[in-house]
Amino acid sequence: MARTRPEINASSMADIAFLLLIFFLVTTTMSVDSGIQRTLPPIADNEQDDKGVDMNQRNLMLVNINLYNQIGVRGIPIDITQLTDRAKEFIMNPTKNEELSEKEKPKEPINFFPNVELSKGVISLQCDRGTSYETYLHVQNELTKAYNELRNELSVTRFNKKFTELSDEERKSVTKVIPTRISEAEPRNVKR
Amino acid sequence: MQNRIKKKGDKGVPAISTSSLPDIIFMLLFFFMVSTTMREVEMKVGVNLPGATEGQKLEKKSLASYVYIGPPIQAFKAKFGTAPRLQLNDNYASIDQIGEFIASERDKLKEEERNDLTTVLKVDGPTKMGVVTDLKQSLRKAKALLISYSAQDISKD
Repeated sequence: MARTRPEINASSMADIAFLLLIFFLVTTTMSVDSGIQRTLPPIADNEQDDKGVDMNQRNLMLVNINLYNQIGVRGIPIDITQLTDRAKEFIMNPTKNEELSEKEKPKEPINFFPNVELSKGVISLQCDRGTSYETYLHVQNELTKAYNELRNELSVTRFNKKFTELSDEERKSVTKVIPTRISEAEPRNVKR
Repeated sequence: MQNRIKKKGDKGVPAISTSSLPDIIFMLLFFFMVSTTMREVEMKVGVNLPGATEGQKLEKKSLASYVYIGPPIQAFKAKFGTAPRLQLNDNYASIDQIGEFIASERDKLKEEERNDLTTVLKVDGPTKMGVVTDLKQSLRKAKALLISYSAQDISKD
């Protein structure tokens, strides 16, 4: 006598899988964290080290944000939209302006860039304790944009490619030629 | 004759086999399991991140530890007021607890990765910089020097 083998009913399998799917959809997030990355300076061991190194005035671009979220570069108020261009001009100093940053020879040769001169410019960002974080981040963003655009321009002139399309080696060299030099000093309460 | 044959095979529309449906759903499930991450903590502060165009993606999520600053959420407003507060893990914390927090986050990482610990600052836009600066100072003291100012990506391209 031929017996019919009972089949396991798998129709509820889909429901179970759906349930799991919905569970994961609810408990997880898709968003990838993006943000502006910085390295803080290591803390000084004693008070005296905290004063920092003496540097030529022309190599320092002081960006101030005051209590009312107004931005000033070297004491002169400017609009945030001009900040990127000012920073780029300061770093590259294409007109060899005496007021803007100096150039120096690299200490060790950099791949792909045999005769390059590096900028000694440092951007110092100071804010008040009352500055809003939003403004601070926007300023950081504009300054980062200045560096990113400069790197991009350099990559296009040297390799005819965008910075993001470079190989790791090339990218390292470009970053060495234009390193991000933004110093985030502790805020001072009264600083005009 | 032909008519008869056709009639013989006519048993209505055959049912669509659904046996592959679970496989499809499982595939979706695995896709979501791989591409998403678990929510890190229960938020007790409201954080509305400012936008930025130049944000970089975090390279390794496992190396990140999160610090939140913002006003307490609605349910806690009566108790804690509206001044921005710091949240570490699931609880409100004071700035002195940063050192401890960083130490415990470091312990979770492998020996060789400990120096790459990145602190992700998720700070509400209108927060005053005073709080953030205090936080940065404590991070410097805790030797957690890599930080990322978390921002919403608003790049146009």
